[in-house]
Amino acid sequence: MELLFKIIQMIYDTSIDVLPIVSIIFGFQFLVIRRPIPNLKRVITGFVYVLVGLSLFLLGLEQALFPLGRLMADQLTNPSFIYGEAGVIPHVINWADYYWVYLFAFAIGFSTTIAEPSLIAVAIKAHEVSGGAIGVWGLRRAVALGVAVGITLGSYRIVTGLPIHYFIITGYIVVVIQTFFAPKIIVPLAYDSGGVTTSTVTVPLVAALGLGLAETVPGRNVLIDGFGLIAFASLFPIMSVMAYAQISEYIAGRSN
Amino acid sequence: MQQAFLALFKSMLGSLRDLLPIILVIGFFQAFVLQQPIPGFMDIITGTLFIILGLTFFIYGLEMGLFPIGESMANAFARKGSVVWILIFSFCLGFGTTVAEPALIAVADEASEVAAIGEMIENTAESKQSYADGLRLTVAFSVGLAIVIGVLRILKGWSIQYMIMGGYILVVIMTALAPKEIIGIAYDSGGVTTSTITVPLVTALGVGLASSIKGRNPMTDGFGLIAFASLTPMIFVMAYGMVI
Repeated sequence: MELLFKIIQMIYDTSIDVLPIVSIIFGFQFLVIRRPIPNLKRVITGFVYVLVGLSLFLLGLEQALFPLGRLMADQLTNPSFIYGEAGVIPHVINWADYYWVYLFAFAIGFSTTIAEPSLIAVAIKAHEVSGGAIGVWGLRRAVALGVAVGITLGSYRIVTGLPIHYFIITGYIVVVIQTFFAPKIIVPLAYDSGGVTTSTVTVPLVAALGLGLAETVPGRNVLIDGFGLIAFASLFPIMSVMAYAQISEYIAGRSN
Repeated sequence: MQQAFLALFKSMLGSLRDLLPIILVIGFFQAFVLQQPIPGFMDIITGTLFIILGLTFFIYGLEMGLFPIGESMANAFARKGSVVWILIFSFCLGFGTTVAEPALIAVADEASEVAAIGEMIENTAESKQSYADGLRLTVAFSVGLAIVIGVLRILKGWSIQYMIMGGYILVVIMTALAPKEIIGIAYDSGGVTTSTITVPLVTALGVGLASSIKGRNPMTDGFGLIAFASLTPMIFVMAYGMVI
């Protein structure tokens, strides 16, 4: 009974969030385009599915994944886990002591990206538009690998306290260089994959990891160092997707 | 009827496969690294079921509702031939979907805390609220502008790489000028703006436009709207940090 109430509450909340989008779409459809929508019934059914699906998805995340993920991020960054029971933090911290954190950052970055609904959507579309040249799973794995590397590097940055813009600007330079060598067909999709990845599943978990680290590593400020992981997670997929296309092209070129 | 259930079951298996990596990662860390008891085990089981069911429904609805409407609107606008209306629509879509985005509201609130502690604004609830609201409007405006620029690019057939590089250069310049407290938040704001419903819609719009305009390639011209939408907020949030 309580569960049913929660589901209804969640569907209501999601509907409120979706309301602006729906009113813009139907407003323009009726006032500007003024043509009937093809298969209107089917489209509305689709919208209802999206609404119900997203609500259940968010409810499940809040019930299962987020508390567990936050708890784990908390436990992994806790000094008593990293420096043994006594939990004495040395004056000069060694970044290598945080190896479990890096491994967790990599694994959670990869796995949450695979489950990200908006990335699934873009991968389906890219597969369809490219006539099958871009595989749904190939793209998703490439993006997930980028996010994993990005978040790992972002965690390293929080531990060491290096300024974020060094990393981001270096990343930009790599992206620009890659752009000249990558197959033209992949470039816009690669740029898109940066923004697509950081969404419903990834952001809350990654934010928890960043805040946990910034809170426990001595000399870090939660409010300043806790941010920035998302930026890493949206920059590195651009590189990994272009690299994926470059490697695929290279392999195809060699076999011919 | 039976067939429908079979199809549903098959898609649920697909969703389970999408979720499997997370389950494995959490299971591994719990069993071998942390070795702490897991609280609320039943909640986790039902929650996982909800996630699988929700993802299944979402992907069903995506192909039935979101993709077709995005494409049919792109077609209709292209046939109507009014550039002004399509740009107005693009702005509304970008602004409207971002301003109410829960992730953005959360980030804006945290940013106001940072600003108060960094003594950029007064540490009162009122000034923090107005700072957060201003930031939200700024980001929403920048996303609206991004979709407008992106759609204009599709219409004109401009190549994306020089525009994105120009954006990068702007980000670098702004980074040098903006107060350092705002930089982390500004960089993050690029990633948080694009929500689960906006992404499929905007992608379908771009691809639909590029397919219905002669001489455009849906692959090289259709994608790229999200890229603009994750770049402009960085620039505008840093500008906001400089002005306030």
